[in-house]
Amino acid sequence: MQEQNAFFCGTEDYIASEELQNSVNVAVSLGRPLLIKGEPGTGKTMLARSIADGLGKELLIWNIKSTIKAKDGLYIYDTVQRLYDSQFGDHDVSDIRHYIKMGKIGEAFLSDERVVLLIDEIDKADIEFPNDLLWELDIMTFDIPETGETVRAKHRPIVIITSNAEKELPDAFLRRCIFHYIAFPDAAMMTRIVRVHHPDLQQKLLEEAMDAFYWIRGIAGLQKKPSTSELLDWVQALVVGGISPEKIARELPFLGVLIKKDQDFNALLQRLQHPDAPKRTTGAGILRNW
Amino acid sequence: MFINFFYMLKAHGVPVSITEWMMLMEALGRGMALSSLSAFYYLARAVLVKSETYYDRYDLAFAGYFKGIETPLELTEKVLQWLEKALPPRLISLAERKQFENWDLDELRRQLEERLREQQGEHHGGGKWIGTGGTSPFGHSGYHPAGVRIGGESVNKSAVKVAAERNFRGFRTDETIGVRQFELALRRLRQLSSKVEGPEEELDLDETIQETADKGGLLHLAWARSRKNTVKVVLIMDSGGSMVPHLRICSRLFTAIHRPSHFKDLRFLYFHNCIYQHIYLDAACRIDSALRTEDFLRMLGPDYKAIFLGDASMAPSELIMPGGAIDWYYNNDEPGINWLRRIAGHFSHAVWLNPIPAAYWDRTEGTFTINMIREVFPMFELTVEGLEKAAKKLQVRK
Repeated sequence: MQEQNAFFCGTEDYIASEELQNSVNVAVSLGRPLLIKGEPGTGKTMLARSIADGLGKELLIWNIKSTIKAKDGLYIYDTVQRLYDSQFGDHDVSDIRHYIKMGKIGEAFLSDERVVLLIDEIDKADIEFPNDLLWELDIMTFDIPETGETVRAKHRPIVIITSNAEKELPDAFLRRCIFHYIAFPDAAMMTRIVRVHHPDLQQKLLEEAMDAFYWIRGIAGLQKKPSTSELLDWVQALVVGGISPEKIARELPFLGVLIKKDQDFNALLQRLQHPDAPKRTTGAGILRNW
Repeated sequence: MFINFFYMLKAHGVPVSITEWMMLMEALGRGMALSSLSAFYYLARAVLVKSETYYDRYDLAFAGYFKGIETPLELTEKVLQWLEKALPPRLISLAERKQFENWDLDELRRQLEERLREQQGEHHGGGKWIGTGGTSPFGHSGYHPAGVRIGGESVNKSAVKVAAERNFRGFRTDETIGVRQFELALRRLRQLSSKVEGPEEELDLDETIQETADKGGLLHLAWARSRKNTVKVVLIMDSGGSMVPHLRICSRLFTAIHRPSHFKDLRFLYFHNCIYQHIYLDAACRIDSALRTEDFLRMLGPDYKAIFLGDASMAPSELIMPGGAIDWYYNNDEPGINWLRRIAGHFSHAVWLNPIPAAYWDRTEGTFTINMIREVFPMFELTVEGLEKAAKKLQVRK
């Protein structure tokens, strides 16, 4: 590996905790895929973009859907097109290579520079999916039996894999990865993150918003706790709506940005009427604004 | 190097393999731990631990292996409870400070262990015992120049300290957790078949060749349906008063099952403590939503996988006596256990999930009825692990 000294330390618009930076650098330097898990909205997908920016590499994104098969990431052999073409005879069908299209992994292997390859939400695919990629990600080569060619990675791509834990990943796959769980940021970290996205934010507004945010997160039994991305949206909404800081604690405006489920909203209302929420008047004002 | 740490991790139930250990050695060889214990903590965790559910065990193993650098963890937990009710921080004058000048770390550690052995409860103020706001060397918010701080705030955390904090305790799988994990466990319940309705979107190669040949070489593409889950599930829930403490966990299971994802058919039915000749379509169990249990069994074929959810705790009479039903207006001619046996005989796959942890089944109020019902249905506790076992059980015939 010639790129030992490229160290990732977060980027201007992405604050990475020291732990996360460590994990990224370990993965980059050992040439292993980095598997990222974490609550939704803690910036798993953003991380890959930030690594690409931080290290000055190109980013390839492979979005996984439930119907995708592992082979699609390597290459696609368009048999149907070839059959049709042979029917009408208007293309040269004798050369199979015309009908082989590289998938994202194939592209990453063939790239002239080292790239960052994001395999996003790997758990969306079938349970066997990760196993089917083991060999290719380990050895960084794959064969195309149709043409007898072998595709070999010119440079080992930096592979970032995100998972929402919808499916358990196979052990054999996990053994080959570096794993990092993005813990939910604490208030200090969160303040830095919000500051990065809203540099001109009034201090008072930020404090009030953070207070309210962590108070809501602290409510026991929420089905979907608001996360970083929701807080950022909320702050954006507060700024655009020209809400004064005093009003935030009293009325929790634009609550729909933070709370996405009816049950959670009801739970929140109950807590607001509870005597241990002295700062906030009643739920009525909030209902109006929701 | 650190090979005992490897076994320590194994002993704590972290599934580490040689592959990962070699990877860690490679990383250490490259100096990636930066010769610091906290860098090593994160490096080893990233390389060796592959699920946040094992972070807690890793922390325990780490704290165990590198102890001697900090107070023993098991003792700390107890002591932390003593320290919860804190006195305000103590301010110390220069003159007072004099008496603390002679100290020695080993001596201090020895004293702490001694103190831990002797001390039975919490203590605040004063100069000897572990507590808050005093001048004993042990505790927090107090003053002693060489004091061993236990809990409270710290600025530069050492790795062992971070490990001792056990921030990831909440992620252990043997504890009851959220909807998504339940869904995961439920996904084991699948039976793929292509014989259900749905769009035809997969190229059927054999059929294509056949049809193309039939048409004298004129290309004709044939498509087939992709495979779908054919599992049918019926969830039968106790909505009685004794279930109220378990509402949250049950609603999570309910949500997980309800996600319109994977079952071909899904029915919900309710009962109050035990099932008799009626079963209910809504949780209030009112007679206007009642369905005769016989009809219910006729409606749902034995191929439905039945999941019962209830604490199985009731008065024995509710289970074994005619007329023993808990609702005074309700009269059952046959004891509940007969009805349960009948239902169990009807479905070829059935399990009972109990929100009461299995460890208490032999000790709780409902022990008698729990054990009776366990003879009829395979019973599992309502945790992620329990649900996984239940799902496995539902894959095979009784």
